[in-house]
Amino acid sequence: MSQGFRRHRKSGVALATFTAFEADLLRSLAGQLIELLRSEEAVPQAGVDPLEELFNFAGPTTEPEDPVLARLFPTAYPEDDEAASDFRRFTETTLRNGKAAAAAAIIDALEESGLPAEPEDGLFIDVELDAPTAMTWLRSFTDMRLAIATRLNIEEGDEDYWQSLPEDDPRGQVHDIYDWIGYLQETLVHAVAR
Amino acid sequence: MSTSPVELDEPEVDEITQLARPWVTIVWNDPVNLMSYVAFVFQQYFGYGKKKAEKLMLEVHEDGRSVVSTGSREEMERDVQAMHEYGLWATLQKADQT
Repeated sequence: MSQGFRRHRKSGVALATFTAFEADLLRSLAGQLIELLRSEEAVPQAGVDPLEELFNFAGPTTEPEDPVLARLFPTAYPEDDEAASDFRRFTETTLRNGKAAAAAAIIDALEESGLPAEPEDGLFIDVELDAPTAMTWLRSFTDMRLAIATRLNIEEGDEDYWQSLPEDDPRGQVHDIYDWIGYLQETLVHAVAR
Repeated sequence: MSTSPVELDEPEVDEITQLARPWVTIVWNDPVNLMSYVAFVFQQYFGYGKKKAEKLMLEVHEDGRSVVSTGSREEMERDVQAMHEYGLWATLQKADQT
């Protein structure tokens, strides 16, 4: 396991070294997140007047069916369905695009730092994040953790349960990834927070 | 040619404060977000000092929710959208309903 992020004293950038396996895992998680964000998307009606299409704000108005998406895009007005629909229509598409772009930025940064399509063992990937890029990574780490937590049904104070699972339990392995992303996020916050 | 807009009386100051700040943004506790990250988001987005950001974060953690900003409905919608962007669970409502 890598040491997480640290702050470069002189320049203030956040630095981390990932093994090829870790970098590939991060890329894969980011890719899955993008795929999820692109699914269930509100597609504008085909065949409408192009001018009408230009002014079409037809974002979704109801909560996404997938529980992960429902957590990523929570209802802003729990006690006012109409206001909640309006809010969703005007914000969800932007939020989806922003989250997908953040995940894509992680993939780009890893590949620009030398992560090949099929990495070999023994390769190390050094990343260097300036403050705005670090914020983007932090946001996307959150999205990844929210996605995993929703799928696994993670609850407050259930660490003992996850610890008690046998080593070959795939849910336990996914939980280890969840913890690892949490560790990366924690070290990245400390590297950039002042 | 368009006519000039109707001139309105200036509202009283009390009325302005009442109208401008009747909404709040609430952040709710969730089992996922790290305490350090939540406090950092409050510092970054709202520009709160470290102390205030940590106090609000602890309220979220311990009380299950915290009012993190107050303002007009439009401002609160912007804040809620931003919180969702950061992955925090946020809602808005009228201040007198909290």
